[in-house]
Amino acid sequence: MAEALTFHYDVDGENFTSAGQASVQVKKNLRQLGFDPETIRRVSIAMYEGEINMVIHAGGGTADVTVDDGCIEIILTDTGPGIANIEQAMQEGFSTAPDNIRTLGFGAGMGLPNMKRYTDYMHIDSVVGEGTTITMKVNY
Amino acid sequence: MKVSELASIEGFGTIALPDGEREISGVYIGDLLSWVMGRAKADDAWITIMSNINIVAVASLADVACIILAEGVQLDAAVTETARSKGVNILSCSMPAYEAAKTFFEKL
Ligand SMILES: Nc1ncnc2c1ncn2[C@@H]1O[C@H](COP(=O)(O)OP(=O)(O)OP(=O)(O)O)[C@@H](O)[C@H]1O
Ligand SMILES: [Mg+2]
Repeated sequence: MAEALTFHYDVDGENFTSAGQASVQVKKNLRQLGFDPETIRRVSIAMYEGEINMVIHAGGGTADVTVDDGCIEIILTDTGPGIANIEQAMQEGFSTAPDNIRTLGFGAGMGLPNMKRYTDYMHIDSVVGEGTTITMKVNY
Repeated sequence: MKVSELASIEGFGTIALPDGEREISGVYIGDLLSWVMGRAKADDAWITIMSNINIVAVASLADVACIILAEGVQLDAAVTETARSKGVNILSCSMPAYEAAKTFFEKL
């Protein structure tokens, strides 16, 4: 790849029915670029979990995806409440999702663990009251 | 087995079949979306009783072969339309999840 490709998305924090649109669009772009199904799947799952978290827990945010030589980087940024205890949030089963969200099938406390599992690198930067930035990398 | 073949077995039906030629290689049963994202494999048939719009994005991104709505669960027309436009196969099934999976493996 001569030059890195970048994609930017605004993630709406109000609209639940369209949640996941940025991830669906990234999947489409990666497919058009000829990426293998497993790489596309890993990026799609990790990004969807992060995108949904911004909708449910942070009132929306932005997603920036960079496709570079050998690596796809996803940066999710929100100005939500932040994560007080990152270690606890990363544990399987930990969730603060409200009941109305749980009835939709979210709130298993598996999103952050999935993001870790499907990426080669993941880092959470969060300040309570200011927001959260999550950086993930998938090597290909 | 192809998704279209499974749809024609007694007890199953078609809700949206934009990619009926797709091969099913296994089954995952679950209703919690992040479990499905984390544990279902590509080309699985995903059996669930969840019917809200978010199942379409989950199925597409987790790259499963089809969604099977167990227990005769119905789908809103808008969800069906979204599934068609996103290329996500959805089958109906009158059986509970276990029997649906059992029937699939018996007919393989
Ligand atoms: N962007 C965010 N801003 C604020 N809090 C967050 C954010 N992302 C995650 N969290 C916190 O971390 C917890 C765990 O997140 P995780 O994605 O693992 O589970 P969940 O979203 O609650 O449920 P699931 O992802 O299984 O549907 C959340 O319940 C929430 O308290
Ligand atoms: Mg989550």
